[in-house]
Amino acid sequence: MEQFSLAIPDKAIASGGSAKFLSRGAAVSLLLPLAFLLAIGFIYPLLQLAKISLFNPEFSLDSYRRLASEPLYLLVLLRTFLVAFCVMALCLLGGYPVAFAMSRLKGRYAALVAACVLIPLWTSVLIRSYAWIVLLQRNGIINSALLDSGFISEPLKLIYTEGAVVVAMAHVLMPFMILPLFSTLRSIPKDLAHAAFNLGAGPFVAFVRITLPLSTPGIFAGCVMTFILAIGFYITPTLVGGPGSMMIATLIGQQTTVLLDWSFAAALSTVLLVITLALVVVFRKVISLNKGFNGVN
Amino acid sequence: MSIEQTTSQSSLQYARLNLTGSGRLSRPLARGVAGVAVASILLFLMLPTIVVIPMSLSAGDIIEFPPRGVSLRWYRQFFADPEWLTATFFSLRIALSTTLAATLVGTLASIALVRGQIAGKPIIQALSIGPMIVPHIVLGVALYLVFAPLQLTGNFLGFLIAHTVLSVPYVVITVSAALQRLDPVLELAALSCGASRPRAFFSVVLPNIAPAIAASCVFAFLASFDEATVAFFISDTGGKTISRKMFEDIDFNLTPVIAAASTLLVVVSLLLMGAVQAFTKQR
Repeated sequence: MEQFSLAIPDKAIASGGSAKFLSRGAAVSLLLPLAFLLAIGFIYPLLQLAKISLFNPEFSLDSYRRLASEPLYLLVLLRTFLVAFCVMALCLLGGYPVAFAMSRLKGRYAALVAACVLIPLWTSVLIRSYAWIVLLQRNGIINSALLDSGFISEPLKLIYTEGAVVVAMAHVLMPFMILPLFSTLRSIPKDLAHAAFNLGAGPFVAFVRITLPLSTPGIFAGCVMTFILAIGFYITPTLVGGPGSMMIATLIGQQTTVLLDWSFAAALSTVLLVITLALVVVFRKVISLNKGFNGVN
Repeated sequence: MSIEQTTSQSSLQYARLNLTGSGRLSRPLARGVAGVAVASILLFLMLPTIVVIPMSLSAGDIIEFPPRGVSLRWYRQFFADPEWLTATFFSLRIALSTTLAATLVGTLASIALVRGQIAGKPIIQALSIGPMIVPHIVLGVALYLVFAPLQLTGNFLGFLIAHTVLSVPYVVITVSAALQRLDPVLELAALSCGASRPRAFFSVVLPNIAPAIAASCVFAFLASFDEATVAFFISDTGGKTISRKMFEDIDFNLTPVIAAASTLLVVVSLLLMGAVQAFTKQR
């Protein structure tokens, strides 16, 4: 559900109200509550997590060695990346047309499209996973429709598969693709496409040679965002996936709830955290969350 | 307005000039294909949110589609079940307190980040939106490991800390953006007219960023009320949120009561998002 407000920081850069007239003492004291909150509720727990993964109670790398030596865990890690990549691709495939339509429509239709993107974004992930189970189960809508129309004679096994995980996760993450794409597409002057039409290009050529290349920053931002969010996803893969489609977050959950191996869970979590932070650092320039802040400095 | 005029002018020119190109025939066709594609993706996006509504009104004993008959029995069961009600009230209490705490902390920090000149600002900014980026399962495990020995699991204070951390990025992003849009000259004018700093804030800055603060209240509330992953780890039998209760029920017994609970949550989200639209329109 992350950034509904993605579009707002963009606009903020233009007017750039950046005068700084707060004394250092005042600024620091205004920041104190946040610093305290993050210290006790964010930084300390994450450091503690890393510590528990390394000390058991003496320093040992056993958890990490176990992670590296068991093919099963590496397979889960590999599958996590693969699923995240498929989710990202599906989000791009489905999100681009919607973002494009959003950037071109006006008035009531634009509001309708925006509502269709934002309402799911602010619906609990849990509800949407539940809905996918309902839709995809043996006697769900999809199977009933296929049976009634005579395409199949036996209900298909749709739920608790890797495909179901990819579709349900793409559904959750698609708004994170659409919003950055929309803000890029909106900023491309429409005259450029019209110029291409005037020069004899058809809609396809105009799109491929003008609009698509100009929208690459948005594509990149959306892909990075959805991929990063996808690798750490817990609720949807756990509820919609089966034992054969386990991702790293589900593995962590299993270690804590079924096997109660907290030090191994801490090691897995630390690995996931490091991967996520590495991606964020590498791609920090394109993560659109920061745009509003960059405008200040 | 003038941009729109230019656009329609150039499409006229296009119609006149491009007589030979294949574009003339294929453009409406491309439009039709694109329209159908976009409509089906939008249906894909909306379907899971709306499908829970007919499910919740089903008169049958199991979840099926189309539902058998219409009844309110699952709503009755929801409101008669002390376990659902306790979880709902626990969630509401946490979400309202989180809203208050996150909005206060986040707004103060936004003022400092936008108007103040301090060392290490990029680091503070990165940290303040960090809880949005760090996978919630990692934070859930980490918070459990810290909270369990302190007996903060299944506890109001534990949830308040965890959910305020998760909600504060929404507030910082929304309020910072509003502060950047606000011309600082207004505040300087108030100060040079003799207003004290608090007076300038309360009579000039606050009324201008009030819609953003109201919107960030909604984001913070929903971020807490709908939060499921961290709640999964820091709940226990003594105190669980509605999300944790739903997660258990979806995993173990898939009754239509979940659809009733989901519909109630969807309605809450819709009403609050409608309120955000109203705030932003006022601007």
